[in-house]
Amino acid sequence: MENAAAEYSIKGILKQLLTYKSGVFGISLLVLLILISVYTMITIPYSTAIELWRGGENVWIENPRNAQPTWIRYLGKNLPETIKRDSTQAGRVGTIKVLTPIPERNMKLLHISFSFDYEYDDFPSEINIFFTSKYNTSAPLLRIYWIKPSGTKINLMTYIPRSQEERLSLSINPTVSNRLYAYTVNVLGGEPQVPLLVEQAMFAMEDETMNSTLTATPMKGKYELIIEGTLYGEDSDVDAKLIVYGKVYGLAGTDHLRRDLTVALLWGTPIALSFGLTASLTISLLQLLIATISGYYGGKVDSAIQRLTEGYMILPFLPFLILIATFYRLDIWILLLVIIVLSVFGGGVKSTRALVMQIKEYPYIEAAKAYGASSKRIILLYIIPKILPPIVPGLIGSVPGYVFLEAALSLLGLGDPYLPSWGKIIEDSYAGGALYKGHYYWVLEPASMLILTALAFSFLGFALDKIVNPKLREV
Amino acid sequence: MAVKGFAKFVAKRVLTIFLVIVIALYVTIFIANMGGVVDEIVKSTIKMEVAMRFRGPEWQRYDPEEREKLMLQEYELELARRGLNQPFLIRSVIYLWNALTLDLGRAEYLTSDTGSRYVRNIILERLPTTVMLFTTATVLNFLINMAVGLYLSRHHGSKLDKFFIGMAPTSVIPGWFYGIFLILIFASQLHILPYGGLVDVEIVKTRDPFLYAMDVLKHMILPLSSWIISAFFLGCYSNRTFFLIFSTEDYVEAARAKGVPPRQIETKYILRPSLPPIITGFALGLINSWSGAIITERVFNWPGLGTVTYAAINLFDSAVLIGVTVIYAYLLGATVLILDILYGLIDPRIKVQYGR
Repeated sequence: MENAAAEYSIKGILKQLLTYKSGVFGISLLVLLILISVYTMITIPYSTAIELWRGGENVWIENPRNAQPTWIRYLGKNLPETIKRDSTQAGRVGTIKVLTPIPERNMKLLHISFSFDYEYDDFPSEINIFFTSKYNTSAPLLRIYWIKPSGTKINLMTYIPRSQEERLSLSINPTVSNRLYAYTVNVLGGEPQVPLLVEQAMFAMEDETMNSTLTATPMKGKYELIIEGTLYGEDSDVDAKLIVYGKVYGLAGTDHLRRDLTVALLWGTPIALSFGLTASLTISLLQLLIATISGYYGGKVDSAIQRLTEGYMILPFLPFLILIATFYRLDIWILLLVIIVLSVFGGGVKSTRALVMQIKEYPYIEAAKAYGASSKRIILLYIIPKILPPIVPGLIGSVPGYVFLEAALSLLGLGDPYLPSWGKIIEDSYAGGALYKGHYYWVLEPASMLILTALAFSFLGFALDKIVNPKLREV
Repeated sequence: MAVKGFAKFVAKRVLTIFLVIVIALYVTIFIANMGGVVDEIVKSTIKMEVAMRFRGPEWQRYDPEEREKLMLQEYELELARRGLNQPFLIRSVIYLWNALTLDLGRAEYLTSDTGSRYVRNIILERLPTTVMLFTTATVLNFLINMAVGLYLSRHHGSKLDKFFIGMAPTSVIPGWFYGIFLILIFASQLHILPYGGLVDVEIVKTRDPFLYAMDVLKHMILPLSSWIISAFFLGCYSNRTFFLIFSTEDYVEAARAKGVPPRQIETKYILRPSLPPIITGFALGLINSWSGAIITERVFNWPGLGTVTYAAINLFDSAVLIGVTVIYAYLLGATVLILDILYGLIDPRIKVQYGR
């Protein structure tokens, strides 16, 4: 008996847990997840996370769309990273800006040159130039040239910025597209089978491979973009920023809205942990309380509670949840409350009640009754502490169920409207056709986080089960 | 006498389950009408019906304004006739009756494949596909877990047994989640199985029932596998433990000592008494599968109740959502009732209790 009491101290249980492989595995995973949560909450505060995730394209405009994680390069092709050149930082590597006033004409000549080495095995995903212009009378007239490593100079277009801040998307610009088509025809000496995309034509080897988008290969070497123009007026000025979007980004890649997935992957951790643990803890404890009342008082109370549990079994839990979530657009914590309400009379009540019925007959309860202890005292101090240990493994083991429930609701489009969670990423990736288009990282990253969390609690629960139910060790 | 007792048992169960369904439907109506949703559905349905009546050529000679007025009058009359201009408490009873009789009104956006706008048609059309897929999954799971569990209990302590014990925790990952990985491997990478859906359009065009059935089976492979993989280790493990506990009972030991052949011990002394709890496990599996269906169907694009639910969520088609909940309440009630009856047939204690 003494031994059993020692087993149930926290220290004792922890000690025993470490003798099981599954216990060690579960605990180390859990510690890792908790560390990630703490790190996330400190480095990316809640408000920042929502701003980053819901701020729209402006926050992430310099990121490529649907970029894979950077480390993927070590597994296969050397995919391009994003290259940035900014004329406000002239003097840095590959950035030159010269403004020459023309005497007595109130005009200036602008020359911006961006150059970079391109040594990747694949084409960039998109090319944008962002202009910031200052003028009072008439807008500047800019000519944009592209020089390939072979020395070929292509006149891409003539551009007139119409407002102070403007984005020129080369990849979808019809003039650029036409110029590059003409250039392709010139190289091939005829029409190409499948015309190249803008960023492909700009980076392609100048040979017969330019015939189709499938055969084109990038030319390695030094590229240069030149912006020349005439500015009118004393204080007129033009600055440009070139972004050659790559195909890899950061630790986790980006989604269809250019958002850095690390934000959501990191923030998903504390959300999943707190959601799963709160749900499991509250529901288990409430069920425990209900079961104890039912078992201890017996009679009418008992039969009423038992009928209620049987009724609950037939209630369509998920359709109810979906109905409520759709009609009232709940945030994650209210959703949690609804889940708790819908599960209090769940299956756990029946099994715990059976335990209570046994313990009720123990001599020490009889003794307590004999010296006049109140029912409240007996339930809270003598029965619940006795049945708490056997339900702990179930409590831990049911955490993943709630984590997956949140993910499932997100997958149905019923998750929290603001918070980034793992289920949300999976939903985005599903809606974005990630599995069809081969953006596997987009699905696999949140999925592996979910699996890690599930396994951590599940293995821990199994190990705990062996400790508190020694019978299981025998068979 | 036993037959009469059994009938009494069944009648009692039918009554209890029906009562729970009534409560579930009432709660559904209550939840749904917090924002007046049910009212809107019913009113728009009546409005449509009234408008239909005024379509005919005999109404064309009326002045449009007058026709509109007559229509409004008719609509008000119809509302009063159905008792829908009364307070919510009375209305809710009317709605409850509608729900119980599956009078689910008209959908706002969705239509059934045959073009019907009635929620009942939309849902009943999809019900068979859901039932087909998930009953198959539950039965397969049940048989596989049972067979492997029995095998493991016979060889307990072996390396394979230890492997199953070690892998059991992986079963917390639900079937739909494995489904994503299966699609990734077999559809996206290997291109040997479809991404989802029920049947290929090309096959439907051939109008060959055999090819059609084969293609449906092909589309069922991945969803079924995902459910089987998900339940495999834990299911086998718990069955094994269960059989082990039963096989160490005194009466089994006694039978062994008497020299009863092992096969007979297994069927008569272990399997027979452990059947009732196993049936309960099967029932719970089936009930879980109905709920799990919603998400699995979303993942596999399987055209059943779940896909209808997903479409209704996206279009905010409240009539369909309420209808789905109603159908689910019936589905769960029916499942529990059938299994209760099975249970009653198998469990001798129930026979004894009601036989007297």
